[in-house]
Amino acid sequence: MRTDRIETVPLGSRQAGRAGAAATAGRRLRIAPVALLIGVVPWLVGCRQDMHDQPRYEPLEASSFFDNGAASRPLIEGTVARGHLGEDVGFETGLDENGAVVADFPMAVDLVLLERGRNRYDVFCSPCHDRLGNGRGMIVRRGYKQPTSFHDPRLVEARPGYFVNVMTNGFGQMSSYAPQLKPADRWAVAAYIQALQLSRRVPADLLSGEDRAWLAGEPTEVPQPESDDGGHS
Amino acid sequence: MAQIFHRSTNTISRLSIFGGIFLVAGLIGLFAVLDRSSYNTGVGVVLAQPIPFSHDHHTAALGISCVYCHTSVEDSAFAGIPPTATCMNCHNLIWNQSPMLAAVRESYRTGEPIRWTRVHDLPDYVYFNHGIHVAKGIGCESCHGRVDLMPLIMKTESLQMEWCLDCHRQPESRVRPLSEIYTMGWRPEHADQGTRLIAEHDINSKVSCSTCHR
Ligand code: HEC
Ligand code: HEC
Ligand code: HEC
Ligand code: HEC
Ligand code: HEC
Ligand code: HEC
Repeated sequence: MRTDRIETVPLGSRQAGRAGAAATAGRRLRIAPVALLIGVVPWLVGCRQDMHDQPRYEPLEASSFFDNGAASRPLIEGTVARGHLGEDVGFETGLDENGAVVADFPMAVDLVLLERGRNRYDVFCSPCHDRLGNGRGMIVRRGYKQPTSFHDPRLVEARPGYFVNVMTNGFGQMSSYAPQLKPADRWAVAAYIQALQLSRRVPADLLSGEDRAWLAGEPTEVPQPESDDGGHS
Repeated sequence: MAQIFHRSTNTISRLSIFGGIFLVAGLIGLFAVLDRSSYNTGVGVVLAQPIPFSHDHHTAALGISCVYCHTSVEDSAFAGIPPTATCMNCHNLIWNQSPMLAAVRESYRTGEPIRWTRVHDLPDYVYFNHGIHVAKGIGCESCHGRVDLMPLIMKTESLQMEWCLDCHRQPESRVRPLSEIYTMGWRPEHADQGTRLIAEHDINSKVSCSTCHR
């Protein structure tokens, strides 16, 4: 209503020529809607949200352009990403060019590598193989196939390349973990599995004096090993 | 000359002076409240998902770590939504006949992606990066809440600028030891732990506009 009036009686027009308080009051009344317009319209315009969704795609964003509805194209088979040429087959898969299991670690096995291995093992392997490597993780207890324990003599004998190969290519019902673990991390996990295996068969003379004293102590004091529980809280 | 306005209009004019102020203040207040309300921010609103995937079940009950599925959260801007193949690591044998998972099997067979509904989505003019927050000791819980108790994921924070700045100005109340990033329900052990961790993780207060608008 008020806006209409502004159009018919332009602001500042003196055509009415009426003097006195009434005219000024009328002018004020006409300024009010203009002020309201200036005050409110920018807020309404500000509600356009063009910049929220700019003409570019975020990772995994949908698009109507391609048939499958995804903005990113699947990789063409045989695509090699930069830095993923995989020339060193032994390092990438655990099996060398002739298909023989790589017997030695391609990097120094130190505490840093083992810590990394433990971290990745707990994330990606413990749901099934459990934290101790017994093969009774939470998913197995919910009905998944039970894998062989890593403490089985056959696996204790296995070379690190064997584990790396299982992680890279999968094994029976177990899927490949290559999409989730980079090659260097697979070796770290292999190192940690070997550390787990060793933890059950350390020769007593490799232990520190403190541990040996503890072993020689009262048998009743020996605490049970932490539960075989694979789940973490 | 007769008075143009009757005396009673004095009351009206006084009322309108005060009323005007209250009206303006009220409108601003209303706007501020609406802007922060869950109607605008989507906090606590559960969106429909194509598959009723339960974080509660998979993380709290089964003990699967966030990284198992959100693999890139530690070293990239994007946390990553797991590909169908990741679900099939387990669901090739578990519940592999369940109608609830029919869409997962369908997607695995045909290569057609599962279309999850996005829950957290910053405007495109804001730069966000998960990697730096994880590396500097900010836990998932600080921004996503108790995900382990959510049958379906929902937002627990507004993700508005004031919320980001609130932490960027004083990160000491939220920073955690790096071993507790994925822990849910973590509480600081003692009061000055935050201040020490700030020094340990070399955290600076980042509030310049170009940190997030670049
Ligand atoms: C979803 C459950 C699951 C997860 C997670 C899992 N595995 Fe397995 N794994 C299995 C099952 C089941 C088998 C046995 C497969 C078979 O015999 O068909 C197996 C077998 C193996 C074997 C071969 C054992 C043998 O008998 O020679 C190795 C080695 C192995 N897994 C290592 C790993 C490593 C390392 C990880 C973490 C990167 C991992 N697994 C994660 C379920 C799993
Ligand atoms: C078994 C795989 C899996 C695990 C483990 C998992 N997530 Fe998720 N997460 C998903 C899937 C699939 C989605 C997408 C579907 C959805 O939004 O519900 C998702 C979505 C999310 C989202 C919302 C993304 C959006 O749309 O904004 C957040 C936040 C999230 N996850 C956090 C976590 C946190 C924190 C943990 C660890 C406590 C975790 N997730 C563990 C699979 C997983
Ligand atoms: C590490 C193993 C694992 C992975 C990975 C996994 N799940 Fe599950 N999921 C399970 C188990 C185990 C159950 C059944 C739990 C039970 O029996 O109590 C389950 C149950 C479910 C259910 C049944 C409903 C419920 O929550 O009870 C749905 C739906 C489901 N999963 C969806 C998914 C989707 C989608 C993905 C991929 C993003 C996924 N799962 C990845 C192990 C897994
Ligand atoms: C500092 C706050 C913050 C922390 C800490 C954080 N997130 Fe997020 N997360 C966000 C924001 C903000 C978004 C929305 C990003 C966007 O829209 O670009 C998001 C989005 C996501 C998504 C959807 C995919 C994506 O990247 O957009 C997932 C999944 C997710 N977060 C998982 C996690 C997990 C798991 C952790 C713990 C390691 C975590 N987040 C820690 C703030 C955070
Ligand atoms: C719970 C605390 C917290 C919240 C909430 C938070 N951040 Fe941060 N953010 C941090 C910390 C701590 C750093 C590390 C600062 C440093 O580099 O020293 C950081 C760093 C960053 C950086 C990298 C800065 C740089 O230049 O290296 C960006 C970008 C960023 N945050 C964006 C955001 C955005 C956008 C939001 C809101 C959606 C947000 N953050 C919410 C704690 C938080
Ligand atoms: C810690 C990250 C961060 C910093 C620093 C930051 N912003 Fe923002 N800003 C955001 C986020 C997140 C949003 C999106 C808010 C939303 O979605 O409601 C935003 C939104 C905005 C908007 C749009 C508001 C709207 O509702 O349309 C403006 C304008 C803005 N910021 C200006 C600034 C200026 C100026 C500075 C420097 C003084 C600044 N920002 C610093 C994170 C940041």
